Amino acid sequence: MSDRFIFFLIQALNGVQYGLLLFLVASGLTLIFGVMRIINLAHGSFYMLGAYLAFSFAERTGNLWLAMLIAVPLTVVVGLLLEAALFRFLYHRDHLYQVLLTYGLILVLEEVRSILFGDEVHGVKVPEFLNFSLRLTPTLSYPVYRLFISAVCVAVGAGLFMFINHTRVGMSVRAGALNREMVQSLGIDIGLLYRLVFALGVALAAFAGMIAAPVASVFPGMGNQILIISFVVVVIGGIGSVKGAFVGSLLIGLADTFGQVFARQISGITLYLLMVLVLLWRPAGLFGRAT
Amino acid sequence: MRGYHLALRILLLLGLAALLVFPVAAGKFYLQLFSKIMILAIFAMSLDLLVGFTGLISLGHATFFGLGAYTLLLMSPEYAAASLWLSLPLALVVAALAALIIGVLVMRSSGVYFIMVTLAFSQMFFYYVTGARQFGGSDGAYIYVKPETTLSGWAPFQLNNHLHFYYFVLALMVVTYLLLQVMMDSPFGHTIRGIKVNEQRVRSLGFPTFRYKLAAFVIAGALAGLAGYLDAAQYGFVNPDLFGWRESGIVLMMVILGGMGTLYGPILGAFALVLLQEFLSNQTKHWLLPMGLFIIIAVLVLPQGMSGMLERWAMMRRSSGGRRA
Repeated sequence: MSDRFIFFLIQALNGVQYGLLLFLVASGLTLIFGVMRIINLAHGSFYMLGAYLAFSFAERTGNLWLAMLIAVPLTVVVGLLLEAALFRFLYHRDHLYQVLLTYGLILVLEEVRSILFGDEVHGVKVPEFLNFSLRLTPTLSYPVYRLFISAVCVAVGAGLFMFINHTRVGMSVRAGALNREMVQSLGIDIGLLYRLVFALGVALAAFAGMIAAPVASVFPGMGNQILIISFVVVVIGGIGSVKGAFVGSLLIGLADTFGQVFARQISGITLYLLMVLVLLWRPAGLFGRAT
Repeated sequence: MRGYHLALRILLLLGLAALLVFPVAAGKFYLQLFSKIMILAIFAMSLDLLVGFTGLISLGHATFFGLGAYTLLLMSPEYAAASLWLSLPLALVVAALAALIIGVLVMRSSGVYFIMVTLAFSQMFFYYVTGARQFGGSDGAYIYVKPETTLSGWAPFQLNNHLHFYYFVLALMVVTYLLLQVMMDSPFGHTIRGIKVNEQRVRSLGFPTFRYKLAAFVIAGALAGLAGYLDAAQYGFVNPDLFGWRESGIVLMMVILGGMGTLYGPILGAFALVLLQEFLSNQTKHWLLPMGLFIIIAVLVLPQGMSGMLERWAMMRRSSGGRRA
């Protein structure tokens, strides 16, 4: 195999890994919208929160796994508290107010982050037993931790798919996305369903932040960066569609990675150009229902 | 309601009179602060045309603000002044053209898609400008000399004079207000208000709603470009953050806080929010925390904004007075 092919392969692997990671964030965003009809700008803040908690606990315990074990439930608790205190009041209100309230929430969470953790960029160590690279050619190698991220994301994604399509609770989630009133009249506690979906979305975003921390590091504003890219993913895939989020994530992951290699001049905007093209072709996204 | 409208008109005229005599009492600092507020008020009014009147929630309105600002940068020779009479209309044209192109693309989507796509467009410009070294990249760029106003050898006012700049901005704010007011009272205004309430019905009456919405988007974009131009002229500095989602969010907050669908609401909102920001940032480095909390609380308790509060207060006074209309 030529070096050129290996180089191409490495970029493809990076793109897929990035895409799969995006999927964890975007799937929560699209589920929360699909079921709860809430546009949550603060979704990226949960990604940030996860990353910072993982960094902080990993510093203290020296173990990233232990840090995740503590941090995921902790972010879910924070998410549920916010749901009870704020999001609950947004279910029946116009998107405009959802945008503004969650915009305010971003400012608050970003400042809390600044107060608790400071404004520096931090690195997180790759766990010891995954900290090596596969040698592909004499000059090119690939870090195993990135493969590990992809594998974990695939596993989590498969679990999510099974949960939504093949469990009773998942059935209520799908039903909730289709017809809120009907689900309620069938005796399903819609409030509980909302809380479950919200907690699931928060957990996915926080987990993504944690597992990505060793390769992406933790830095101020990281939540907003991923939020906006996740928006693009959701728009491309079709709002409310988990399948769309999956396809959109991989498209964006690959477009972004290859854009940075082959089209440096416009690398910052390749994603947005892709979005424009998709919207010209299908205004409601690839898997979206026309509204 | 008639009495309320009369009272409102008197209040607005009193406000204008206060702004006219304000420089007598205020120093340079407050003149600059109020100029900044009035520039943002123009920006907020332009967004109100979309959000409050047409029912299009844009989270990317900063795109046109940034374009206006960067047009002045491009028109300014490095150590010389650009001509106001050339660069200002050009800023409006650039912003309007961009709004036309973006508008055609985003108007195909509605609701949440519209919110997300407008945000994505502003991010596209943000990243483009951040990466473009000829525009100063992520550090931004300085405009060393303010635009000059010479018209065939005669300069009616100087933009580097704080007092002149203040009155120039005040005049433009009033013109914007009156322009939008006239537009909203015209058949065009009634049509786009109808679109906000029920687009399908307006379409079935035979109005090409797409074109009406696009026209509103272009006008709003041009006025946002005006505000961006003035912002760049005031500070002599531009950076990619002018395109940022934070800028779009804060101006949306001004519209909602003041009360959307009224033109004086966004002006009130701009004053309230900038003065609050000024106050908070003098108290603590972490002023965004109380600012964010304020926004959250305002959304929860003030659904109609400040103008709605005024209106309700006026109604209550009327009904407790026992008079029937």
